[in-house]
Amino acid sequence: MATTGEIDATSPKFLRDKYAIVGIGETDYMRGSGKTTRALATWAVRNAIADAGLKPGDIDGMLSYQSGDSVFSPFVAGDLGIRLDFYMDVFGGGSSTEALVGMAMGVIEAGMCKTVVIFRAMNGYSQVRIGGTGARAAAPVSGDMLHSRAYGWQSAGQMFSPTFMRHMHDYGTRPEQVAAVKAVHSEHASNNPKAHYKERVTVAEVLASRIICKPLHLLDCCVETDNANAIIVTRAERARDGRHHPVLIRGVVGRCNKPRMDMHYQHGPISTVAGRYAREILWPNSGVGPEDIDVTGSYDAFTFTTMLQLEDYGFCKKGEGGQYVSDGTIRLGGRRPNNTSGGHLCEGYTHGINMVIENVRQLRHDADDSCPVGADGKRRHSYDYREGGCRQVKKAEITANLGWAMPGTGSAMVMRRG
Amino acid sequence: MAIKAQYLGMPLDISELDGENLDYFRYCAAHDFRLQACTACGLLRYPPTTACPWCADPGARWAAVEGRGTVHSYTEVHHAIQPAFRDHVPYLVLLVDLDTQKGSPSADEALRVVGNLATADGVLAPPDLVRQVGIGTRVRLVFTDIAPGLALPQWTIDESARQPASPWRYPQEKV
Repeated sequence: MATTGEIDATSPKFLRDKYAIVGIGETDYMRGSGKTTRALATWAVRNAIADAGLKPGDIDGMLSYQSGDSVFSPFVAGDLGIRLDFYMDVFGGGSSTEALVGMAMGVIEAGMCKTVVIFRAMNGYSQVRIGGTGARAAAPVSGDMLHSRAYGWQSAGQMFSPTFMRHMHDYGTRPEQVAAVKAVHSEHASNNPKAHYKERVTVAEVLASRIICKPLHLLDCCVETDNANAIIVTRAERARDGRHHPVLIRGVVGRCNKPRMDMHYQHGPISTVAGRYAREILWPNSGVGPEDIDVTGSYDAFTFTTMLQLEDYGFCKKGEGGQYVSDGTIRLGGRRPNNTSGGHLCEGYTHGINMVIENVRQLRHDADDSCPVGADGKRRHSYDYREGGCRQVKKAEITANLGWAMPGTGSAMVMRRG
Repeated sequence: MAIKAQYLGMPLDISELDGENLDYFRYCAAHDFRLQACTACGLLRYPPTTACPWCADPGARWAAVEGRGTVHSYTEVHHAIQPAFRDHVPYLVLLVDLDTQKGSPSADEALRVVGNLATADGVLAPPDLVRQVGIGTRVRLVFTDIAPGLALPQWTIDESARQPASPWRYPQEKV
């Protein structure tokens, strides 16, 4: 039966380390960009091409994701004078980046193109807000939404909250434990000059902020911003000619799900998320386990999403996620820092792709913090993580990104320094 | 025939092509709670689907189901998204395990039926009722009448049931 099927992780292991991320590009993280998503996407893709040391004509594949709120690839390619041999614009949000990296590997492997740029562009603050306010709140309720939106159950926070409420019930997880995720990510953001929120906040401040929907306080929720991000995927041998130290892809898992995808709450335990399934693909494909990972990028749409995923991917025992995220492990200087850019809670919101960009920087040993830049163009990292200081993780060799669409759907990727 | 209605300032549309939802909500409008039962394997399912999630058979009949259960989880909304819900905050969205078919076909499965906490006549519950309900509360199904052929199933506290001494509530009671 579909709901009890064993996972058969059949992705060919011979692709391990054969593909690389060779370019990363961002716009500023803004509120009120004053630009179209087309202009934002073009800005980020240009930056990624420049970062890779490529020319627009070197790009022959393009992938993007969106939810009816952004530009399509042909206009971005056209604006940059790129003729594509392959493109696809897919529907989706936070579980897309890692999944599209896997698709890029597949289409290159299939001989359909050679170098793929993946982008996400959104005016998530000034145009289409993910929470569903504005135009989205006025749209008719029909189909499957008759069983959700009709009950005032619509925004991501409202939809995800029963998962964490049940986790608290089942395991005794406390509000202050997940509030620590915001406090830690704000420390990281204070060392990220491009973060939208650079101010450090405390656990007490998170808990004192107003309730949005239980268990979420305002400061448990990510920031809404206007921005675009892009990354470039190609074969590893091409990466050796690049401007940066190669960052190799060990393994990916894309949009892996809990049973009953039509309404995942039908299948329990509801305090378990898709990572419990995705880990059975991610770790065998990558040839490593959680204990090998130096830096994580666990999606922080909310403080609890970071915790739930770290737990279900096996970074701690089931039920001990609250302890894991509040005992110092995930801080810069801790055993395994998470979202060193400040993530969606602080840096800006681009549906997960900026968390991949951050880990690429970590693996290049080139986090763009306030440390001085040497004559070779590389930062001289101090590893002093006090406010306004360094955010480079010492000797970062291997990272894991854990993407999240919702409790029932996730994607993940392991990368290593080549 | 298609249904177009208004509820709390929201347009609710059911397409004439959406036979499963038309049937489901028509029974609700008659205050008769029914779920699809697979004609091949017999299992009930929620919400309406076009085939059986366990055996993929498309055949189903609408089986009457007792509307009683236990709150499995919830969220308590203080910041409403849809404008008309702002007059009703805080409101509860409940995930309720029906007694029927609980723990079947596997131990962690249940028919988890969504609804707001409502009064017995289907109006969103006032704050004093919201504060009484948590994980473990016994509830029974009631209906919010919206239009001919459309009522929303909702949950209200089951006064006739034995209730837990203190249902699990989010630890911070600050409003």
